[in-house]
Amino acid sequence: MFDLTLAELAKGLQKREFSSAELTQAYLNRIHDKDSLYNSYISVCDEQALQQAAAADARIAQGDAGPFTGLPIAHKDLFCTKGIKTSCGSRMLDNFISPYDATLVSRFNEAGAVTLGKTNMDEFAMGSSTENSYYGPSRNPWDTERVPGGSSGGSAVAVSARLAPATTGSDTGGSIRQPAALCGITGIKPTYGRVSRYGMVAYASSLDQAGPMTRTAEDAAMMLQVMAGADPLDSTCAEQPVPDYMAGLNTPLAGLKIGLPKEFFAEELDPAIAEQVQNAIREYEKLGASVQEISLPNTRLSIPAYYILAPAEASSNLSRFDGVRYGYRCTDPKDLEDLYKRSRGEGFGSEVQRRILVGTYALSEGYYDAYYRKAQQIRRLIQQDYINALQQVDVIMGPTTPHPAFRIGEKSNDPVSMYMEDIFTLSLNLAGLPGMSIPCGQTAGLPVGLQIIGNYFAEAKLLNVAHQFQLATDWHKQTPAGI
Amino acid sequence: MEWETVIGLEIHAQLSTNTKIFSGASTAFGAEPNTQACAVDLALPGTLPVFNENALRMAVMFGLAVNAEIGKRSVFDRKNYFYPDLPKGYQTTQLAEPIVGPGYIDIELDDGTTRRVRIHHAHLEEDAGKSLHEDFHGMSGIDLNRAGTPLVEIVSEPDMRTAKEASAYARKIHAIITTLGICDGNMAEGSMRCDCNVSVRPKGQEALGTRTELKNINSFRFIERAIETEVARQIDLIEDGGRVIQETRLYDPERNETRSMRSKEEANDYRYFPCPDLLPVIIDDTYIEQIRAELPELPDARKARFVSEFGLSEYDAAVLSAYHAQADYFEQVTRVAGDAKQAANWVMGELAKNLNQKDLDIKESPVSADQLGGLIARIKDDTITGKIAKQVFEIMWAEGGSADEIIEAKGLRQVTDTGAIEAIVDQVITECTTQVDQYKAAEPDKRGKMLGFFMGQIMKASQGKANPGQVQGLLKQKLDALCD
Repeated sequence: MFDLTLAELAKGLQKREFSSAELTQAYLNRIHDKDSLYNSYISVCDEQALQQAAAADARIAQGDAGPFTGLPIAHKDLFCTKGIKTSCGSRMLDNFISPYDATLVSRFNEAGAVTLGKTNMDEFAMGSSTENSYYGPSRNPWDTERVPGGSSGGSAVAVSARLAPATTGSDTGGSIRQPAALCGITGIKPTYGRVSRYGMVAYASSLDQAGPMTRTAEDAAMMLQVMAGADPLDSTCAEQPVPDYMAGLNTPLAGLKIGLPKEFFAEELDPAIAEQVQNAIREYEKLGASVQEISLPNTRLSIPAYYILAPAEASSNLSRFDGVRYGYRCTDPKDLEDLYKRSRGEGFGSEVQRRILVGTYALSEGYYDAYYRKAQQIRRLIQQDYINALQQVDVIMGPTTPHPAFRIGEKSNDPVSMYMEDIFTLSLNLAGLPGMSIPCGQTAGLPVGLQIIGNYFAEAKLLNVAHQFQLATDWHKQTPAGI
Repeated sequence: MEWETVIGLEIHAQLSTNTKIFSGASTAFGAEPNTQACAVDLALPGTLPVFNENALRMAVMFGLAVNAEIGKRSVFDRKNYFYPDLPKGYQTTQLAEPIVGPGYIDIELDDGTTRRVRIHHAHLEEDAGKSLHEDFHGMSGIDLNRAGTPLVEIVSEPDMRTAKEASAYARKIHAIITTLGICDGNMAEGSMRCDCNVSVRPKGQEALGTRTELKNINSFRFIERAIETEVARQIDLIEDGGRVIQETRLYDPERNETRSMRSKEEANDYRYFPCPDLLPVIIDDTYIEQIRAELPELPDARKARFVSEFGLSEYDAAVLSAYHAQADYFEQVTRVAGDAKQAANWVMGELAKNLNQKDLDIKESPVSADQLGGLIARIKDDTITGKIAKQVFEIMWAEGGSADEIIEAKGLRQVTDTGAIEAIVDQVITECTTQVDQYKAAEPDKRGKMLGFFMGQIMKASQGKANPGQVQGLLKQKLDALCD
């Protein structure tokens, strides 16, 4: 049962081969049994999950079920869930029970999904390893001494270790795609504005985007179908109609034009990863695609631009965590300033504090033009690079990450080397484009991710391109040893 | 040395939208603390703002009313600072691209001249909550009902030179926003608040002196007093060899002094940047022209009409048009009474006196415009005398009822029956023999002045109801007959 994809589980439920209650109980049992090894969950919601499953079974019995009714999933712990702790991986929100559901969570609830629990993450989605969680690091199922990537590490691990059929994640600079690559699963960051941000705790508002993390592209299409679409509660959410993502999955790829940015195959790329990605490209050629080299000349500027803009927005977004209304409050503050300083000093971890400080500095009077404004200009250049490239090709492909999963602790004291792990993913958030990572090989027993980038709102195309690869290969079916 | 004062005003006006600028919570004043604050106003994690288009419409109305350029693209920025009643840790406001650009209004000065005050810009922003420092046993309470209430901040150029000009400007802005119906103008409740930037410079000097900002002044009278006090402080300071420092000061109306709140050095670096949660607001000419077409008559136009249509004096027209509710009231009285001058006299006189005594807004007047109009109509058609009318008004104010009902019930109808009046005149002449003899003895050209005594006696005897014109005619006729 644990090897079944979402699509297969949906069929099983519809054919009454098993009930949602049975399926949910089996997953809950497995989480309680195995997750101590992986630390992929922050909260497990047995009682609520079983209630939702019972309700789903009733709907199925009444013939009132939709395609998602009864399917168990887990949410990254930055999506607000009514009545369930939403911690954001932070001591700051360790006591925060949201009084409302995020739009994305409501949509899954209305579709009849079952929430198994909330997954581990880098604190406030800041990190590339899930080591910055107040609840301890999640462990990569392919090698538990290694990181799963981040910040949606718990969501990637849960799917990879078969502790959830599918999960939600969020991607501000690669936080869906990078852990998907490192854990050997499928993840898609949709176009900025495709999925509502209402109820998703903000890190960097102009870059944050929620997306699915699944075993297959087909499952990602099922998930995105539920998540995508306009939301009156989020002004930045696009009005663009949502296509039927399942309908286009089987379109043949003959004539597909693939662009390979030369900057993505530069010296920082691990040769073993380059080899796996090249193999995948050859597979696409077999499927009828043509390949050409393209250039995204400002790729290298994406790291400095991102690490100005994201912290700048974060420094403002995280101001609301002040110990006044909810969340962590220091004991016995002697005055208002002490309340602020100690609540925030004790409630936030070091990476969050670092980014708040960087962002505060970048927005300060006298530095705004040199940092924030300059970074915005670079952002437009990067966006223009992609727009130019996507006039020549249908999709852009390359590695998701420069290296496979690294060891826990290996980069924790070297933030810049940690930031470099996001070199291939950051620029997409700056441009607002959709991108996907799918498993495309292995090196030394660790998964390698292929990144597929498309034009604005071309999620259906990305899912189609990924699905065709998964029909022809079985990298997505590889399971870590001991699972 | 002769000093010149330079004043600029920042006026915050709460817009009369039903819901907040970025959330669906109600904006009604006076609810129990924190009952009108939703998840967005509390800045719960994950919440996002959605711009209330009604606030946009009202800001555009204001811009058109002050002859301003309207920003076809306006952008919300975040102003970052920590304070317990600022839930998000930033205020959403507009800095570089406000909705209302440069404009102006003309204010009337006491000497009858007008002065043009330029408006630098006006922008939309959200109000903060309130910190309550009493009644919490050493702790502070936070009420977030006000958090997220839409404000338009109106920033003038430093074009005012006296405290009187500053208050005239504030009154004019008040008249405009209340006429537009975009703000209730209630200064006591904080619906309109005023910060005054004040500096002094030697007369003739072009460069501006160092300014101080006087915060949150909540009446027109306090605007004048605060500025006068601050100007005196600055001049004293400079003449004693000191130097004005740029700072924010609080006006204390009880002690009539200003006190330092914070200096520029202590001021926050607000780290403004465009709010990434809100899209730029884009509007087109059609939108603007539609609003322009729906604008109500503005105070200046109304004043001019009061002069041309009703023949009021400039002064009366200015007073009556300054507050739209009063102007509406006056027009309705005029309509019912059929006499604008009498209507103006009553609204500015008897009615205003009574409202002031009870500290009531004209909208709360116990006497409606229709009642007052009905009363004036009865004076005009000689049903009652002006003197009796004041009695009727007092009854109306205290007990209600129409003029006709009161006149009937109290038997106040004017006596116009010649026979009845004649009887009273005869009676008074018979009783006041001394005065009649004096009248007869007087030179004919002095007699006119002596009629007053008899008039008084007759009116008293008739309980004020005798028609004074008729009385005077009969009286003169009868006395003169005695002299022949």
